Amino acid sequence: MSTARLFFVGGLTSYRALFGFLSPAIFIPSLLVAPIFQVLLFVYIGRSAGAESDTFYLVGNAIQYAAVPCVFAMTQIVSEERYQQTLGFILVSPAPRLPLFVGRALPVVVNAFCVSAFTFVVGARILDVSFPSSSIGGIALVTLLAAFSCTGLGLFVAAIGLVVRETAVLANVVFGLLLIFTHANVPASRTPAWMDAVGAVLPFTHAIEAARLLADGASLGSVSGLAWKELGIGTVYLAAGYLGLVWLERLSRSRATLERG
Amino acid sequence: MRRTLRLLGVGWLLQMKMASVSAFEGLLNVLWSLFFATVAFFMFSPDALLYASLGAAVMGIWGATSTSAGSAMQRERRHGTLELLVAAPVDFALVLLPTTIALATVGIYSMVATLVWGRLLFGIELTIEHPLLFALAIPATIVSIGALGFLMAVSFVRYRRAWALGNMFEYPVWLVCGFLVPLSLFPGWVRPISWVLAPTWGVTAIRESALGGESLPDIAMCLGLGSLYVLVGVLVLDRMLDAARARAVLALT
Repeated sequence: MSTARLFFVGGLTSYRALFGFLSPAIFIPSLLVAPIFQVLLFVYIGRSAGAESDTFYLVGNAIQYAAVPCVFAMTQIVSEERYQQTLGFILVSPAPRLPLFVGRALPVVVNAFCVSAFTFVVGARILDVSFPSSSIGGIALVTLLAAFSCTGLGLFVAAIGLVVRETAVLANVVFGLLLIFTHANVPASRTPAWMDAVGAVLPFTHAIEAARLLADGASLGSVSGLAWKELGIGTVYLAAGYLGLVWLERLSRSRATLERG
Repeated sequence: MRRTLRLLGVGWLLQMKMASVSAFEGLLNVLWSLFFATVAFFMFSPDALLYASLGAAVMGIWGATSTSAGSAMQRERRHGTLELLVAAPVDFALVLLPTTIALATVGIYSMVATLVWGRLLFGIELTIEHPLLFALAIPATIVSIGALGFLMAVSFVRYRRAWALGNMFEYPVWLVCGFLVPLSLFPGWVRPISWVLAPTWGVTAIRESALGGESLPDIAMCLGLGSLYVLVGVLVLDRMLDAARARAVLALT
């Protein structure tokens, strides 16, 4: 019972306390306005370049922008403990680490899904893009999977954030790499094979591909392989992030480097 | 006059040094520009890559300015130096203006990195038809973008989260100023917005001087709008500071 409480209540409390973007003064410009303009930016570049359809860029960027609420939130939720000088108290507590850290990921997934959904809806209205009604449930599902897998990556980045000072820079770099490698704006046919190989082990790549197929009228069953891959990638990153946090916690104790960042 | 120029020069150099060694304002701005430039280079066909390369290069200047300039006063507030600077015997505008121009100048790193990146990885050869005008267009663009950053900085003085507002304007300016998209593609109501934004004229000036067009009118527009931003910014700043003093809210504590 206390583990479940730590997971749900502790996770939500930490999320609300430590993720600064939840303030309306940041949430509205950064998580509601900016993704719409990212969609418009790439739609118009695509039109200028004579590249892909508006739907292609809407799907790609609506999902890829979830990187901001995922990666920035997870890094802030861990690194802010250090800046508020509460990390030491957290780590000396007897609380089990799995619900302590992974519980913080649940609100992140929900928020990232909401940001993507908002971008989909508003972007589609602005661009006059429509999706088959039968595809909406499937697109919502793969968007949720994308939010989960990127949150896993976010936890992994948060672990790295325990040993580096510039967590904001780190989160921005991860966002940029996801922009390039996940085919959010460039189809696989235009990128070299090594970039496709990198993209295949990153969050979003399979979810974006699945969402595009669904938007073209494919059935959910036909993209289930992509959905499972996205889920698997997220799980691996989540596990790696959790193990990384536990390992760095031990390292910081043995070397007295907890506050080094 | 000499003291004013010295203050502007020293302020610019000091802020430039600080921004250059900042991981956020220096290194990240270069990487950030390269991320977007790389995506753009993959999207455009080979015959349009030089157009894209020049546009993407100037994107870095605005990218370096928007978020950081928007929060320039908030940074001073956080450091506890805002009240000291406002109370100093020199006009506060002369302290803030070189800060935002320095932030725009750091965009030079992004610009050079983007052009070199395009040359080395995508084979985009930069040929400059009018080197002198090109050399003139770059500082004109930097100064005008810095002036726009100054206007943003003074406009956001009452916001604690000014960086988020500055950041919010990054994509829209990239979009409507024609960095990578010809203005003719936008709805008619967008074009007047583009015309009052100096980066529109700056990127056109740089592009035209490189590709062999007429760039002097664009450079003049760029500098003219930059001067207008400074004028409006000084007026706004005076009112903002008077109001903040009267209500004792400069520190926003």
